[in-house]
Amino acid sequence: MADTDDILTVRGLKAYYQMAYFGIEREVRAVDDVTLSIRRNEIYGIAGESSSGKTSLIKVLAAAIRPPLKVVDGSLTYRFGDLEIDPYKARKEEVDAIRWKHLSYIMQGSMSVLNPVRRIKHSFTDFALRPMGVPKNIFWERTKAHLERLNLSPDVLNAYPHELSGGMRQRVTIALATVCQPEFIIADEPTTALDVVVQKDVLAMIRNVQQQMGSSVVFVTHDMSVHANMADRIGIVYAGRLVEEGPTRTLFTAPKHPYTAHLVGSLPRIGDTSAKSALEGRPPNLADPPPGCRFHPRCPLAIEKCKTEVPPLATVGESHRSACWRADDVRPLTTISHRAEAVL
Amino acid sequence: MTTLLDVRNVSKRFAMGGILSRKHVDAVIDVSFTLESGTPEIFTIIGESGSGKTTLARMILGLEEPSEGDINFEGVSAAERKDRAARLSFMRRVQPVFQNPFEAFNPLKQVERYLEATARTLLGLKDKAEIEAAMDGALQKVGLSYREIKGRYAHELSGGQLQRVAIARALIPEPALLITDEPVSMVDASLRMSIVNLLRDLRDKFGVSVIYITHDLATAYYISDRIMIMQKGYVVEMGPARPVLDAPEHAYSRLLKESVLSIEDAGSGKLEPADRSMAKAAWEATGEGQLVARDGGRLVRVAR
Repeated sequence: MADTDDILTVRGLKAYYQMAYFGIEREVRAVDDVTLSIRRNEIYGIAGESSSGKTSLIKVLAAAIRPPLKVVDGSLTYRFGDLEIDPYKARKEEVDAIRWKHLSYIMQGSMSVLNPVRRIKHSFTDFALRPMGVPKNIFWERTKAHLERLNLSPDVLNAYPHELSGGMRQRVTIALATVCQPEFIIADEPTTALDVVVQKDVLAMIRNVQQQMGSSVVFVTHDMSVHANMADRIGIVYAGRLVEEGPTRTLFTAPKHPYTAHLVGSLPRIGDTSAKSALEGRPPNLADPPPGCRFHPRCPLAIEKCKTEVPPLATVGESHRSACWRADDVRPLTTISHRAEAVL
Repeated sequence: MTTLLDVRNVSKRFAMGGILSRKHVDAVIDVSFTLESGTPEIFTIIGESGSGKTTLARMILGLEEPSEGDINFEGVSAAERKDRAARLSFMRRVQPVFQNPFEAFNPLKQVERYLEATARTLLGLKDKAEIEAAMDGALQKVGLSYREIKGRYAHELSGGQLQRVAIARALIPEPALLITDEPVSMVDASLRMSIVNLLRDLRDKFGVSVIYITHDLATAYYISDRIMIMQKGYVVEMGPARPVLDAPEHAYSRLLKESVLSIEDAGSGKLEPADRSMAKAAWEATGEGQLVARDGGRLVRVAR
């Protein structure tokens, strides 16, 4: 049975987009047989390219899906203190009761999250007042204290979204998502479209909030350098499946899936002049994925077995799992210097 | 050796607000650089949001008029390009590629229509076969073919493919200069290198000069010949890309380099927020500062 240290346990989760046009049924397997667990007080990164199903996966985790996306199989269990809840089996009121209070969501594109014609303080009352369940004066006291903890001036409450810069708005949405001190935070591409200097500030802020509150964070981005610096553990998603999962350092130094090896090895770095190549081909169509291992058409290590048999997500090391028939033959494309170890 | 592009003491000032509360914003302040036509190169402009990179690119493209200074392209000043014929002949030589390929293409139009329109207006082609040959030639340069994109709409192509189509469109008139504004920031990290390698091939195989605007220092280091770092409108450091990025001298250049998330530290969770105080202090002093030459062709802005 699951460890009590896990805040979220996902088993064999399948979520498909089911559509019927003119009598033809079409199924897009965006989340296909995902099993993972998130521990308390950790940052879990989900990496993968566009249309790999990573956003569908976290929407399913956040219980924020709408038809045609449906959960067709598997289970999803959150443990908040004594409360154990599967959002897809619980009643709607029970799910609504955990939102913001226990489970919150930092969305992509801060401009479209904040209402452009209302001041920031109204966004706070709209989202957070009811879940926090305290009188208004205490609510504002807590909100201001929270903003100060995040190095934001309480003056932002009186501003309109367009008066703030992109980085500032993103920080306001983080403050909004964390003001109720949730135990579980989901972040979807929190720093895309921010420039390098601001990106680092925003990431440092998310990490800071996480450490202060001891919550768990699941975040999604395709940028591996963000994962390198944020995540405690990383899960790599390819074509709707989890293909590798492990501690950050392990995935970067000793990947056991050729896709991960490529993602890490193709990153350009300052001081590195060797030629880097992009992966040939394109991600598979999830309505008609290739048989066997879904990565085999693009895989440099593919053998006959890969074309017919689906590799299971097998343990290859300490808390390190990989879904590859040739996991032992995967070599990192570039060696990463052990600068971090040298310092310690 | 002749000069391809000569940007001389260019400034751009935008007016904001109404008659009574008029304010000025200096987007670009006294920028000068030249590109030579005999030696194709990738010239990178780097800086954070609001540093004036895009305004500078728009001025080079002739979409904005500089408030001060002059931009010469192949000996012709931007101010002299008044009529449509002059404008078209300029566009044959300089072409843009924009940031987000999904926004650049109309979702209801087949992408080939853009290539076709470019071939018709800029090359003056009328014959269907000639147009197709021009489109196919440009698509071949970016590693695609006309057969692959024929009849396709933007949503049917991946971000990387679409950005390559956008570059192919720009290549139809066989320009001497390509201006690319953050061409990889909306493209997946795994496809990013295909675009970056393509820009390098354009320089090496087809002799096209590229102005590459970005805030990604890692790809800049990977492909650029020269680099220009901008902070709030000012050029703070300029020179050969690799020496500058290996050992940046100006406080702002150092801040940018320190902000790059390094995968060397993977898993150690090092995320101290960048210290802006040095860069801020340097910027406050730049107004009176000047660019001074250093060894190896590097220019650095120092306070007087």
